[in-house]
Amino acid sequence: MTMYNSSVDQRVDAALANNFLRQATRRATDRLRHNKYKATDELGSWEEWRNAGASIRSHVIENLDYYLQQLIQQTEKRGVQVHLAKTPEDAVAVVRDIVQKHDAKNVIKSKSMISEEIYLNHFLQADGVLSVETDLGEYIIQIAGEPPSHIIVPAMHKTRQQVADLFEPIAGHTLSSDTPTLTRFVRVRMREQFLRGDIGITGCNFAVANTGSIVMVTNEGNGRMVSTLPRVQITLMGMERIVPSFRELDVMLNLLARSATGQRLSSYTTILTPPRQSTESDGPEEFHLVILDHNRSEILGDKTFRPALNCIRCGACFNVCPVYRQIGGHAYGSVYSGPIGSVITPLLEKNWEKWGHLPFFSSLCGACSEACPVHIPLHDLLVKLRARKTISGHTPQIEQQIFKAYRYFFTHEKTLRRALRLGSRLQFPFVRNGRITGGPPPLSNWTKSRTLPMVAPKSFMQVWADLKLNRKSSE
Amino acid sequence: MKVSLFATCLTNAFYPGVDLTMAKILKYLGHSVDVPEGQACCGQIAFNSGYIDDAREVARTLIHSFERSEIVVSPSGSCIAMIHHYYPFLFEKEPVYLKKSEELIKKSYEFTQFLVDVLKKPDLGAKYPIKATYHPSCHATRLLGVDEAPYKLLEHVQGLELLPLAEAQLCCGFGGTFSVKMPKISEAMVAEKANHVLASGADLLLGIDMGCLMNIAGYLEKINKPVKTMHIIQLLGEGMKP
Repeated sequence: MTMYNSSVDQRVDAALANNFLRQATRRATDRLRHNKYKATDELGSWEEWRNAGASIRSHVIENLDYYLQQLIQQTEKRGVQVHLAKTPEDAVAVVRDIVQKHDAKNVIKSKSMISEEIYLNHFLQADGVLSVETDLGEYIIQIAGEPPSHIIVPAMHKTRQQVADLFEPIAGHTLSSDTPTLTRFVRVRMREQFLRGDIGITGCNFAVANTGSIVMVTNEGNGRMVSTLPRVQITLMGMERIVPSFRELDVMLNLLARSATGQRLSSYTTILTPPRQSTESDGPEEFHLVILDHNRSEILGDKTFRPALNCIRCGACFNVCPVYRQIGGHAYGSVYSGPIGSVITPLLEKNWEKWGHLPFFSSLCGACSEACPVHIPLHDLLVKLRARKTISGHTPQIEQQIFKAYRYFFTHEKTLRRALRLGSRLQFPFVRNGRITGGPPPLSNWTKSRTLPMVAPKSFMQVWADLKLNRKSSE
Repeated sequence: MKVSLFATCLTNAFYPGVDLTMAKILKYLGHSVDVPEGQACCGQIAFNSGYIDDAREVARTLIHSFERSEIVVSPSGSCIAMIHHYYPFLFEKEPVYLKKSEELIKKSYEFTQFLVDVLKKPDLGAKYPIKATYHPSCHATRLLGVDEAPYKLLEHVQGLELLPLAEAQLCCGFGGTFSVKMPKISEAMVAEKANHVLASGADLLLGIDMGCLMNIAGYLEKINKPVKTMHIIQLLGEGMKP
């Protein structure tokens, strides 16, 4: 299922025509990027931190079976009910069962990308359950019925006026679009929801294997309300989101907060070791941990793409990506956008027809790999995904023919020389003022927005051969 | 030194003057220059498009043509980055060619890298009075680590005033086939780059990769704001003329 019915081209066109979106995306990513630099520079040894982060993540991923088992043991020992969900459908079914069992009508949620990945709100709504996002950004896009446009700043494409317009029907009266008014409205509204929530659903930034603790990183404190007020809590996590112990958590929290928002630590770092024990005074009595696979096992088994599981969802790659900068998140069409979204969506969803465009949403400039706090070679993975798509036979016939021809000419340099000479003679119908300004597709894709220099009357290889000949004859 | 030129498919077809000037500069510095026949392309255009088998055969041809060379120098950071960064992956299942590609990696350089890091010749005595700005190409900078070398060469060009380029780290939107596969996104990217170039106040845009320069210059011309564009090689060549 998808939130979009439009084609890739339509989405790109819409994004490029949306000046506010583009401006907001630039502004927000510039701010996040510069904050990140400040926060990483002050550490003085960012490269060492990155290396440490990368080796922690790789170690966990290489030994995921061990750490998962340890996490399950530690959590179950304390009374957590662990559910392993193979597919998004399985995960949704688990949550639905719990909701139905408790006859819950009000669910309060803190930010969880897994809930987006499995389209949880959509299904809860269909069941007549009121599921409310309590993170401000998530709340805005929930009302708008949109997926997040940035993994960290989900509603960054909305103006204050658009937010006010979205809130008004809920408020039942007009709202001025100034920030204090809007945040006050949300605070009051959220207060009611927090107290009414039968079940709290949260995400999980890290799960600590040797203690069975769940770590959530938020900036609004909503995660704490969601995880303390309701009697029942469900936490959703991707199966790779594990750290061995608090020692490694320390490194990962630094990397995450500094890379995501440029904070030393996010405003709230919530560490729960659930469920509430008889000696404890708060927290949920019933705790469900839903661990989602959704083809992550398959990525784990694929040496080429395994590093994609190292991701800590900080969004740093979004903030440096020149493609994301121009089109924002929605044009991707996927829940996860940006460079990491373009890598993991085709791997998670395994559907080239639908997601085959994503690896091509990149000029392969490498800015993402440079920004990644855990050294995921994102642009390498993108180019390797392109190769997978070709091998699986999902590229157009004509493209295959073009590259066959390319292969022939560029392995026969003498023939190429003759072809270039011929090309330099045949190009004149497309030439204006010494530049190529038109032509058949795919050349026209270039000439619509750019001119192209003319093919030189003599290629360099020819020039050089002629020079050599002249030298010999003059000797 | 005996230097072999790797002319790159783009300069070979569109900008033979860049390759020729590179040859002249190297000769001027006292090196013997040859251009091995059979060389055509690093294979990147197919590799980046997902046609890895086609790329491998083109790469194999390139490896063959430089097998007897001592040093290989190219006017493109992107093509050299392709060799350094991806040939080991292309030939990971072919030990013989893996070894050959490692040999090529050891002896191949981008032009500014070769001049500054290997020959230690950042000053060619060139003179070119102009206000210029420089676009650092992504593959040269990020994949090959050629960061300082172009600036060192430009520092020594007499009369050249180098103006800063805002958001210089942003890709120009070329990306090889990306520019025709995602033309609208590519256009938005080059539009931003072009705006920064225009805002820099420079009369000349410099670079070390003709792909990026072809893209930016082509866009600026299309919007009727042409800016003079040169490879650093061309600037040095012109500036060294007596």
